[in-house]
Amino acid sequence: MKLSWRALIPLLIFVGLAGFLARGLFLNPTEVPSVLIGKPAPLFTLPQLHEPAQTFGPAEMQGKVWLLNVWASWCVSCREEHPLLVRLARSGVVPIYGLDYKDDPAAAIGLLQQQGDPYVLSVSDGNGRVGMDYGVYGVPETYVIDKQGVIRYKQIGPITEQALDKTIVPLIKELQR
Amino acid sequence: MRRGGWIVLMLVSGLMMDAALAREAQPLAEDPVLERRINALGEDLRCLVCQNQSLADSHADFAIDVKNEMRLQMQQGRSDQEVVDFLVARYGDFILFKPPVKAVTMLLWFGPFILLAVGAAVLIVTLRRRRQRSEQTPLSEAEQRRAAALLGDTLDGEQNR
Repeated sequence: MKLSWRALIPLLIFVGLAGFLARGLFLNPTEVPSVLIGKPAPLFTLPQLHEPAQTFGPAEMQGKVWLLNVWASWCVSCREEHPLLVRLARSGVVPIYGLDYKDDPAAAIGLLQQQGDPYVLSVSDGNGRVGMDYGVYGVPETYVIDKQGVIRYKQIGPITEQALDKTIVPLIKELQR
Repeated sequence: MRRGGWIVLMLVSGLMMDAALAREAQPLAEDPVLERRINALGEDLRCLVCQNQSLADSHADFAIDVKNEMRLQMQQGRSDQEVVDFLVARYGDFILFKPPVKAVTMLLWFGPFILLAVGAAVLIVTLRRRRQRSEQTPLSEAEQRRAAALLGDTLDGEQNR
């Protein structure tokens, strides 16, 4: 019996379906693509963690490429990325600003004293309202913001060495040009 | 008559108790109408931290924060649509359990119907072809005899066993 090309159709359908499913199997379901990429970083004015009488907002960062790192002292995976942030801050590639999300300021300051402070400064987002404007749904999250104040990249979850070397630092260098 | 009144009262109070027990999450806030509105809207919104749970069902910090924000905005007189738009602008379409019909979601919405139509078309074409084939080529006399012999053999075989 001769094999007609039609006999291959089920096989092709199967291969296509298996391809889609295999791709789905290796996607990270907790990573929701941010709608804010390519949009201006939401403005805010919040009290600084160390000097609550003084405020800080993204408006002051016009003309600079900077990182906004959402963190908290209660957040376990923040401790994972903390040494990397300290290293990045020491390298002087980019200024890092912290958004201390729904945290107790005393605990936050204590943690920075203990483990090093990578931030130019941190602001306290006590009730998480600013975090909501940034679409924060898990801590840590890190935003790369360009000279025009536009969000160019969002790292969901802790920064890894790989993400830093392959994505974040090259992007920052390109934006700084 | 008095006894009838008692029974009605008991039935009614029984029903009310059922309704109270069947509620999903008993809201503690002072405005039950507003809470019902938040819960109704929250049924169609995804809790991003617990993904397959709705905001209405979830007690995650994230869900509580979002519901507080919804409550605040509704108290300020915003419509349901405005509240949903606010959330979509921050968390994306993913927060909606029913994704909107857009260019990127066309396949998602209409794909199953396209597959159904293709399947139905294949079925109809196949059935038509099969019918045509059996109508066009009736069995010849020799073939009929052979068929009868084969069928007869089978029957005999079974009877002998």
